[in-house]
Amino acid sequence: MDTGTLRLKVGLAEMLKGGVIMDVTTAEQAKIAEDAGAVAVMALERVPADIRAQGGVARMASVKKIKEIMATVTIPVMAKCRIGHFVEAQILQALGVDYVDESEVLTPADERFHVDKFAFTVPFVCGARDLGEALRRIGEGAAMIRTKGEAGSGNIVEAVRHMRKVAGHLKRLTTLGPEELMTEAKELGAPYDLVRWVAQNGRLPVPNFAAGGIATPADAALMMQLGAEAVFVGSGIFKSSDPASRARAIVQATTHYKDPEVLAKASEELGEAMPGIETSKLAEKDLLQTRGW
Amino acid sequence: MTGETVKIGVLALQGDFALHRKALGRVGVESAEVRKPEELAAVDGLIIPGGESTTLLKLMDGGRFVPGLEKFHANGRPIFGTCAGLIVLAREVLNPKQRSLGLIDVTVERNAYGRQKESFEAEGETTLEGQPRSLTMVFIRAPRIRRLGPRVVPLASHGGECVMAREGTVLVATFHPELAADPTIHHHFAEMVRYAAQ
Repeated sequence: MDTGTLRLKVGLAEMLKGGVIMDVTTAEQAKIAEDAGAVAVMALERVPADIRAQGGVARMASVKKIKEIMATVTIPVMAKCRIGHFVEAQILQALGVDYVDESEVLTPADERFHVDKFAFTVPFVCGARDLGEALRRIGEGAAMIRTKGEAGSGNIVEAVRHMRKVAGHLKRLTTLGPEELMTEAKELGAPYDLVRWVAQNGRLPVPNFAAGGIATPADAALMMQLGAEAVFVGSGIFKSSDPASRARAIVQATTHYKDPEVLAKASEELGEAMPGIETSKLAEKDLLQTRGW
Repeated sequence: MTGETVKIGVLALQGDFALHRKALGRVGVESAEVRKPEELAAVDGLIIPGGESTTLLKLMDGGRFVPGLEKFHANGRPIFGTCAGLIVLAREVLNPKQRSLGLIDVTVERNAYGRQKESFEAEGETTLEGQPRSLTMVFIRAPRIRRLGPRVVPLASHGGECVMAREGTVLVATFHPELAADPTIHHHFAEMVRYAAQ
């Protein structure tokens, strides 16, 4: 009997497909998310919009809060650790969380290295802005990739850019001859074996989800139509004026992403969305997406 | 069987529907994603995949799926539920108690092995082809079948427990055949659908 295999790690990500994973900071929020049809919740100390507004060091959520959330819902519970902070990851694994997000939303703990994710039985999800970054994370053992987008911005443009960039590059790799792949791997900064696998299969070897800036049902459906297999919603739900109905609407929109009539209905009577930020006006130092190596 | 062509629907509200379609493709069966109850009319059998059963139930309610599925079942069309799909089809659900369709007379306990860290793969045994033989089984936050009704036939076991069963045209498994390479189970379900379509 084997536990912690790559098949089991990727397998759980497969079960989440077509669903919405919601950021929550309390057990009450987790219950609202589950009742709205979330497939999983992400436990964190503050939602990205608050991290952005308040500044300071953003760390793994408190153990007490994570335990309360795990005791409250029956759906999988994920939690974030800082980039490179393998001890936070060890603690999350010991708590029994179902997925760890090694996340750029938290303040990085290491300026050069990410966590060796093969050393864990708990599966990891990591953010990526392009194919090279995605394959580096998979090379370190990530079992799920998500776009980074720009967390806490309420602006979908960065997630769209990252999803299109990965998809475009995947397509291009399938057109290359075998002799071109080593140079491609060198330029991407990605493991050669993974580059070769992608060139043969035309997709990432793990599920590819969207995150970072999703605030409306239309945003969620846009990412799905662009090829995302599920969506993460961070600040978009609990920073809006009516979290429960927005959460339900985003769940509907993610399932019926190809059906504009359902999308129109889901977008009715939602109250105010979270306030958005023009990400092109953000200073480089204020971007979360540039964290990660 | 005859060379009759059938089409199997895969409920695509949420879960690993894409892998079930791939597995059906490997046994040469045409498939379609089903997101609305009216789409059931175009398929001869249905797979309810793994995913989150609470989410699946909510999406089914929103889309008025329950009467559609009951009619589909009453018309003799086969249904196969894996993991969350089994939970949705069971007569009774524990941990916690939740609503279900009751199309197969079993009691099932959700997340009965524990969380993801208790997810496992192992060799089990199936009698699907008459003689017992070994089969790789992948269990992810899996449920356990705690009670089998008198008309329910066990078809596979792991550690002495029933992990796959059938009652009439309803087939259920606590594990994920779509995550393993062995096509036996999808082949078997396709045969059930061909037989029912005759």
